[in-house]
Amino acid sequence: MEPITEHTGIGVPLRRSNVDTDQIIPAVYLKRVSRTGFEDGLFAAWRGDEQFVLNVEPFDRGTVLVAGPDFGTGSSREHAVWALMNYGFRVVISPRFADIFRGNAGKQGLVAAQCSQDDVELLWKILENEPGTTVTVDLAEKTVRAKDFSAPFEIDDYTRWRLMEGLDDIALTLRHSDDIAEFERNRPGHKPVTLPAEQPQ
Amino acid sequence: MAEKRGRTLAEKVWDEHTVRRGEGAEPDVLFIDLHLVHEVTSPQAFDGLRLAGRQVRRPDLTIATEDHNVPTVDIELPIADPVSKTQVDTLRKNCEEFGVRLHPMGDAEQGIVHVIGPQLGLTQPGMTVVCGDSHTSTHGAFGAMAFGIGTSEVEHVLATQTLPLRPFKTMAINVEGTLRPGVTAKDIILAVIAKIGTGGGQGYVLEYRGSAIESLSMEARMTICNMSIEAGARAGMIAPDETTFEYLKGRPHAPQGEQWDEAVAAWRELRTDADAGFDAEVTIDADALTPYVTWGTNPGQGLPLGETVPDPEQLGDEGARYAAEKALSYMDLEPGTPLREIAVDTVFLGSCTNGRIEDLRAAADVLRGKKVADSVRMLVVPGSMRVRKTAEEEGLDTVFIDAGAEWRQAGCSMCLGMNPDQLKPGERSASTSNRNFEGRQGKGGRTHLVSPLVAAATAVRGTLSSPEDL
Repeated sequence: MEPITEHTGIGVPLRRSNVDTDQIIPAVYLKRVSRTGFEDGLFAAWRGDEQFVLNVEPFDRGTVLVAGPDFGTGSSREHAVWALMNYGFRVVISPRFADIFRGNAGKQGLVAAQCSQDDVELLWKILENEPGTTVTVDLAEKTVRAKDFSAPFEIDDYTRWRLMEGLDDIALTLRHSDDIAEFERNRPGHKPVTLPAEQPQ
Repeated sequence: MAEKRGRTLAEKVWDEHTVRRGEGAEPDVLFIDLHLVHEVTSPQAFDGLRLAGRQVRRPDLTIATEDHNVPTVDIELPIADPVSKTQVDTLRKNCEEFGVRLHPMGDAEQGIVHVIGPQLGLTQPGMTVVCGDSHTSTHGAFGAMAFGIGTSEVEHVLATQTLPLRPFKTMAINVEGTLRPGVTAKDIILAVIAKIGTGGGQGYVLEYRGSAIESLSMEARMTICNMSIEAGARAGMIAPDETTFEYLKGRPHAPQGEQWDEAVAAWRELRTDADAGFDAEVTIDADALTPYVTWGTNPGQGLPLGETVPDPEQLGDEGARYAAEKALSYMDLEPGTPLREIAVDTVFLGSCTNGRIEDLRAAADVLRGKKVADSVRMLVVPGSMRVRKTAEEEGLDTVFIDAGAEWRQAGCSMCLGMNPDQLKPGERSASTSNRNFEGRQGKGGRTHLVSPLVAAATAVRGTLSSPEDL
């Protein structure tokens, strides 16, 4: 996971609330065996509409999604985060995230920044009045900035620290490799192993 | 609540596996003794390892099988569904590349991941067991801490053999008394879920205790722990005892010689201390239990077979009323209908809940010398190839076939309908599986969860029945 202390990119106003993970990526797109390539399924049902924001230049190059409340509800599928990141998003801003989505986002390095409803409304206006406006999300300061707009956002401290250090859960655990190795040395000898395989009787 | 001094079984296993205690908001790092892998939730995890240039840290604590979407007929032919075939092929490729032992379709030890772990003796008391499948709770029957994980966590375990976790709360489920003939482990767990609800166990590890639990066989205990997740719990556990040791002794991966004695001595310590406190307790009267069946679309919507379809209007809670109305509409059932009068067209005997040899024996005892009703199609899907082989050695296959049932190869099959074994829209099943969700067994299909005894009796009569109705 790349460290991220600050990200600046084109903001995309998504004026919808309750964007559930079935909307973010429908089940029919879950059949891949890789973690990449899910961008095709991102908001698949909505992208058929040529007025949809991601079909409009320059929003199609956006990296900061600004959405309404209750983003990421429903199915726990991690594919929702993969689809957003595969498309190029690094940040989602919303007044409220579903718990599982927020957890999945943190694991993958997608910043889920929680702003007030009023600030999201202001951001939408700025991005709609001047398409292509960049939004800066500053994890160190916990602020969102766009032109002369600036507002605080919330994110839990543990996740923020991991994002800023660029530590995915695995990298974080691997910092304790010595502890794991030590634990392994002391495991009771009667614990089973799967290898080598027994021959069927 | 009593002051906590001693420790519960769950807390003991947790403590024994803590590689590192988390500081502040940080989670604990827990060592994983056994990682079970299957074709559906593992591809992206292996792909993640490859992208990061990581290896499987402990292939010797990892084992894979093909179960979720394998066909149960014509298994010598290529898999017809291209998506299923891709997932199976990908698992084979990944296991080869990363050195993971795999039991593929057709192999003598292939089967449902939660059937083969115990069968091989790989699941043992006091272990931590994980799998990218929520029914991993099954293995808790041995006094193991066993729970389902997501794909990112699968990758995490592959890479580090650990998981960062915060401790679960503990709940005691006390089941005291003696089960009447014809009442099984499945009826206990359906009654537990009906009592505490599908969210009642959220955040908890359940420990099933009491005389009724102690009298159960290992396979029956697995049925109970298997469905802990249907009560919202992450895991379910039962303290190991002589029954557990007897089951394990001589299995391919069980300790041998001096190590066996050492292991049993350690396992005997795996009991909740008398002065330990649980965060919550629930009691079930085993003497009063009768066969349970579900009438709705979640596993908490169950009642004794002798009851009638409930009237949503009679339910006090608005949420429960709305859920019941929605369920009855989907299930096409009228309030007041005796459950025994509900006709089914399909009976499914199998799954990680009830696809073991004792389940097949129990159902065969009911079916012996009888016929499956003309209106019913009965599928018998052994939980593993070894269960299938044992059943054939005992002649159970002949009993099922003579009765008019279909005798299949091993896999998850109609429990979740990822393979071709599915209900058609509007079809209704009595199923020994674990989830009666809308569309779970096939789009538009309707599911009643039942025990193997009720499944067999229902197959004969064509309506939901227990063996005493025959």
